[in-house]
Amino acid sequence: MDITSTTAAGPPGPAAPAGRAKAATRAGDRVFLALSRGSGILLLVIMAAIAVFLTVRAASALSHDHGNFFTTFEWNANATPPVFGIAVLAFGTIVSSLIAMLIAVPVAIGVALFISHYAPRRIAAPVAYVIDLLAAVPSIVYGLWGALFLVPHLGGFYSWLDDYFGWTGVLAYHDGAARSLFTIGILLAIMILPIVTSVSREVFLQAPKMHEEAALALGATRWEVIRMSVLPFGRSGVISASMLGLGRALGETMAVATVLSPSFVINKSLLDPGGGTFAQNIASSFKESGDIGKDALIASGLVLFVLTLLVNGAARLIIARRKEYSE
Amino acid sequence: MAKRIDVGGLNAYYGNHKAIEDISMTVEPRSVTAFIGPSGCGKSTFLRTLNRMHEVTPGGRVEGKVMLDDENLYGPGVDPVSVRRTVGMVFQRPNPFPTMSIYENVAAGIRLNGGRVRKADMDAIVEKSLKGANLWKEVKDRLNKPGAGLSGGQQQRLCIARAIAVEPQVLLMDEPCSALDPISTLAIEDLIGELKEQFTIVIVTHNMQQAARVSDRTAFFNLAGVGQPGKLVEIDDTARIFSNPSVQATEDYISGRFG
Repeated sequence: MDITSTTAAGPPGPAAPAGRAKAATRAGDRVFLALSRGSGILLLVIMAAIAVFLTVRAASALSHDHGNFFTTFEWNANATPPVFGIAVLAFGTIVSSLIAMLIAVPVAIGVALFISHYAPRRIAAPVAYVIDLLAAVPSIVYGLWGALFLVPHLGGFYSWLDDYFGWTGVLAYHDGAARSLFTIGILLAIMILPIVTSVSREVFLQAPKMHEEAALALGATRWEVIRMSVLPFGRSGVISASMLGLGRALGETMAVATVLSPSFVINKSLLDPGGGTFAQNIASSFKESGDIGKDALIASGLVLFVLTLLVNGAARLIIARRKEYSE
Repeated sequence: MAKRIDVGGLNAYYGNHKAIEDISMTVEPRSVTAFIGPSGCGKSTFLRTLNRMHEVTPGGRVEGKVMLDDENLYGPGVDPVSVRRTVGMVFQRPNPFPTMSIYENVAAGIRLNGGRVRKADMDAIVEKSLKGANLWKEVKDRLNKPGAGLSGGQQQRLCIARAIAVEPQVLLMDEPCSALDPISTLAIEDLIGELKEQFTIVIVTHNMQQAARVSDRTAFFNLAGVGQPGKLVEIDDTARIFSNPSVQATEDYISGRFG
């Protein structure tokens, strides 16, 4: 009886009364429980408040919109009557982020593999550090660099692209300033490279040694070891890393606003200047906006919010489906 | 397709630490040679020098020579990758590739060795290897299921099937039964008896009864003290090692006086 009562009551206290049904709670536990539960609830309340705020203001903007919110190629929210639509912004946001992903993810995987499996340790550590440092550069600095260095220097590369791929139309170049969605894509790629690289690197380092040795002992070369045991293990991690990067690319504001020459057109060629993104449009037009104009920007922000949620949800689905392999 | 191993004056290091010192021995083809000895005596390290796996450990380094018939595995210009294709290895913990099916696990080594293999030929190799590992009957109806779904003993036999699929000359086994239950251990030991018809087998084991049961020859390793390199004490016919060893330390170890 003594033994059972002490185990049931948790840690044996000198004054633990025998036969108590409920485990003793201590002041520290109660405080911590209240704190953590409170933080959790607070977070949900904040999320809900943001969603409600965005929805209410967006609804008021939409009721004033004389264009179609999803298909209008125009943003004159302060005109009478107000006419605005997100088609150009949605296109610009998604396309520039996709370009960034296409460039950054393969490079990031390569760099991560180099650091985790190829480079000798004394080189790997500094390289990893420098990559992480890229993440610490403020985005306005990337924007300035993009506008003052990248834009003037990309003309040659774009002419080359035009020579070989101009026939597609998508990559035709007409000698304008390189303030295009493609330039934005390149800039965003550099900006998301560190986060994708460092998350991928961590995952690759966790690949079980025993599976790498299994491949080695079969006579696998280093690349074959990576292909057989490291990449399958790291796949879900690389997907989440890419989604983190994509989230950042979708929402990037200052760098895009500094480099892009915004206009409400969808160019046939990605190399032509013009276009816009949600975040860039909000930053560029917020100050000059009236009440309806601000609500219209909030409506576009709501779309970005939903887009980001969808991207994250999709990533979680992909990862959950591959879970059986990620042990 | 079994070759003799002839080791001469072999030292292995981890960085500056000398793990094994001056080991020379001959391993006969088509026989089972067991390595026994206390923990830390370098028997696993020595095993891993036989297929050049030791050097993949950071700081790992080997001096001396390992002759496989008349080819020195540590000779200049010898590619470690091709050595490992000739000398197969089975590990302590079963390690089938978790993302691959049973079939793909067995086929993995062949696919590495480069050449495109016709589906029918691959089917034949997979069946032969699984039969060779006494696993065919248990898995033939679920070849496309993940290898990780098998029991521990089955996984280990799958790893053996994977290793013999590429038809190595030598099969190294690093405590292959230490993570298995007694029934699975028995299955592996029976299998070792069959495999020695074709392969030169070297097995590291902590279990002296196992060494006595499966091996033809036994090598006893020991170390003078912590931080000292491991050395080969003696190698002889298993029956002799377990009845009348020529070195006192061997007898002490086998009779349980230390280790």
